[in-house]
Amino acid sequence: MKAAVLVFPGINRERDMARTLKLTSGHEPAMVWHAEHELPAGTDLVVVPGGFSYGDYLRCGAIAARSPVMDAVRKFAAGGGLVLGVCNGFQILCESGLLPGVLMRNENLRFICRDVFLKVERSDTPFTRGYNAGQVIRVPVAHGEGNYIADGETIARLEGEGRVIFRYSSPDGMIDPDWNHNGAINAIAGIVNDRGNVLGMMPHPENHVEAEIGSTDGRGLFAGLAEALKKAA
Amino acid sequence: MLPNDVKITPELVAEHGLKPDEYQRILDLIGREPTLTELGIFSAMWNEHCSYKSSKVHLRGLPTKAPWVIQGPGENAGVIDIGDGLACVFKMESHNHPSYIEPYQGAATGVGGILRDVFTMGARPIACLNALSFGAPEHPKTRHLVSGVVAGIGGYGNSFGVPTVAGSVRFHKRYDGNILVNAMAVGLAETDKIFYAAASGVGMPIVYLGSKTGRDGIHGASMASAEFDDKSDEKRPTVQVGDPFSEKLLLEACLEIMAKDCVIAIQDMGAAGLTSSATEMGAKGNLGVTLDLDKVPCREEGMTAYEMMLSESQERMLMVLKPDKEKEAEAIFRKWGLDFAVVGETTPSMRFIVKHRGQVMADLPIKELGDSAPEYKRPFVSLEKPLPVDAGAIEPRGSIADALERLVATPDLCSKRWVWEQYDHIIGGNTVQRPGGDAAVVRVLDGPKGLALTTDVTPRYCEANPFEGGKQAVAECWRNLTAVGATPLAITDNLNFGNPERPEIMGQFVGCVRGIAEACKALAFPVVSGNVSLYNETNGKAILPTPSIGAVGVIADFKKSATLAFKKQGEAIFVVGETTGWLGQSIYLREICAREEGAPPPVDLTEEKENGDFVRALILDGVATAAHDVSDGGLLVALAEMAMASGIGARLDAAPDDVPEHAYWFGEDQARYVVTVPAAQADALTARAREANVPVWRIGVTGGDAVAVAGQRALAVADLNARSEDWLPGYMAGHD
Repeated sequence: MKAAVLVFPGINRERDMARTLKLTSGHEPAMVWHAEHELPAGTDLVVVPGGFSYGDYLRCGAIAARSPVMDAVRKFAAGGGLVLGVCNGFQILCESGLLPGVLMRNENLRFICRDVFLKVERSDTPFTRGYNAGQVIRVPVAHGEGNYIADGETIARLEGEGRVIFRYSSPDGMIDPDWNHNGAINAIAGIVNDRGNVLGMMPHPENHVEAEIGSTDGRGLFAGLAEALKKAA
Repeated sequence: MLPNDVKITPELVAEHGLKPDEYQRILDLIGREPTLTELGIFSAMWNEHCSYKSSKVHLRGLPTKAPWVIQGPGENAGVIDIGDGLACVFKMESHNHPSYIEPYQGAATGVGGILRDVFTMGARPIACLNALSFGAPEHPKTRHLVSGVVAGIGGYGNSFGVPTVAGSVRFHKRYDGNILVNAMAVGLAETDKIFYAAASGVGMPIVYLGSKTGRDGIHGASMASAEFDDKSDEKRPTVQVGDPFSEKLLLEACLEIMAKDCVIAIQDMGAAGLTSSATEMGAKGNLGVTLDLDKVPCREEGMTAYEMMLSESQERMLMVLKPDKEKEAEAIFRKWGLDFAVVGETTPSMRFIVKHRGQVMADLPIKELGDSAPEYKRPFVSLEKPLPVDAGAIEPRGSIADALERLVATPDLCSKRWVWEQYDHIIGGNTVQRPGGDAAVVRVLDGPKGLALTTDVTPRYCEANPFEGGKQAVAECWRNLTAVGATPLAITDNLNFGNPERPEIMGQFVGCVRGIAEACKALAFPVVSGNVSLYNETNGKAILPTPSIGAVGVIADFKKSATLAFKKQGEAIFVVGETTGWLGQSIYLREICAREEGAPPPVDLTEEKENGDFVRALILDGVATAAHDVSDGGLLVALAEMAMASGIGARLDAAPDDVPEHAYWFGEDQARYVVTVPAAQADALTARAREANVPVWRIGVTGGDAVAVAGQRALAVADLNARSEDWLPGYMAGHD
């Protein structure tokens, strides 16, 4: 795995992400500054981490989406390269047009940090091959604006094409408003683009990769990615 | 001759919060009438908040030294050695007055200020904590203040990217007009890479970094040094506005130039902004400072020297850079998009000179600005201390089970999940123990070392007996750290009191400080940083004396830390420490009997140490499967909390005959813990306790799904949990 972690001013989970990538793949990722016009040669995974890029003062992710480095990411994705956006990273991917839809303020209008349960809808993607379809994992969320929405047609297409990868659920996998902390439509927690190589998700699997620090439920995503990339290489 | 643009009248002096004798002191010191800018500078430096003029003489009695203390009080933050070449840098500070006037920004900038104190010293912040005191829930402003303060703390810390891992929230009518927002930050640095404020070398460039200067916060520190009245809302413009995004950039830029070895001295611009930071750097380094205000990056046009010197705009730093590294440092700051300007230089003159538009606006002796600040030995009286109440004479109200049901849903004892879920408490990937336990545990780098962190104080004890209350605040923190298995190392104190010009308030202050000193000495738990907040009064009504303590401990292997949750069915439950049934000043007496009276429970520091050392050893030896300190609400509340954290119930023996039942279950005797051990090890534990001369009692067994005291109605753990969890969200939603 040769991962590149993007760093925008105000991003703050880039260190968590880098540590997890190292832990799960054995390889130190490259930290790529927003002003760069190109990704490091040989990059096979781009990660857009969480945080508050540009303070989220305009609209979450809106300014970061217009950074020079994002042109390189669009090119990379167009060539089939794998892109993972987590939390603010998901917002940035939506704002940059790599994923459809938008993340609105949480339904209760408050920032929420807690462990949530995610139902893994598919295991046949490079991001989820470490899980079984239907498996429920426990990972934390930490966001004020994670309430996913898109127009009806887009949602119908996402659902029809099986592009909803993670959904907020009860511990036993039931989709239920009581377990949908931010009010996202159809309890959507993570989606992929039409080609299946760009994933955006609100929860933080990178914060649940060690038994003593939360749980290891997030590990499958990174281990699966490492595996997929090893196969591809 | 300095231009005296404005005539200094007695009214103007009074508006600056300076007393006539203090103004006379200024005249004697400089031998002439000050300019308006100079008067502003004096008012900024000599107010209570910056000068500690009422408290200094008493603070000298606090123990501040230990072999592991690298830096005690007097710098931006305290520094302790935690081994392996690492230092923990921490401090707690109040932002009470601004938070009452504008809760979101007041609390947010409180967090921003304390984070800056920590990273100014070269440390990357790894955790935040807080201690919040609000007015009575039924007070019309409380809901608004809770909502704003919590959102402000979260808004700043979450965006900055530091986990807020622990804290305390209390409600009492005595905070109705004057809430307390005490924020603590903890950082990590290498022991040989700590940065200080003292400038060195003559002719060194003084560099301004960070955000631009605006008109916000002018006289903020003076506001914090006066009582409130009905017109306090008019002071809203003196509250600063926080920008966590800029602060995050400032952090990264500062740490980067520190790593590149560019920095000689650094001081953040906090209270009294440019004035206090520039004089401090000069005075500490025995140097003069000349500032050229034309160079200061300003957000607004036409700012006067007076405004620039007193602005408390946030996210700003002052540095003395190594001249040969100036270009390198500038490039780093430009990369992060921050302002960078050489605004002055160090001089051999020992004068603090401020120039603006070609004119000298201030020319003052730099040392005396700080050193000659008035220092008061204010008169103090100790009020008569209430006598202990006889538990036997207190009529129980309802059954033990009824009382427990009610207590877990009281504002002070209920779950604070609604609060801490608004704080990102996991960022950093090192939060081993999250909010809700006795202390948070945060892994240090990649481990195995961990830091245990807590804040605590029991204001009602402090009011009833300041000395015992001061002791108790320290002991309780020590106990919280011990209950997770950590070795307590040092504290920061944030002393919140009323008007020190009233002898009875000064008496509370003196008593609490003496109590803190006594406990710190006995427990080898020195004070390494702190903050004093006086004049917490509105219309002459003072808050409860609230010396918040923030504490840090270390555990060699974070995996060995204990949590309060019961682990298994069928384990033996022990209480460590003597239970006499002390109901005076207890939550039971207040909430169930509606009586706030009596002496608080005394703290025997020898017992405290012996019992704590015993419990810590049980945890580290892997004998104790769960541990919890017994505090507010007493033994049965502690047991219920252990059950609620796990979903596992407990069957408990009846109270012994020699202690009234309600006093046994809800009394607040100190130096106590509850621990569980596998049933097979119960006898060994008893023997071990006997050997250590520590009193322990086996009081029951874990199991089932209810908390069941012999002879009492069993209470389902799920129901207790629902009661505990529901109060705060219900209250905030207006369901009361």
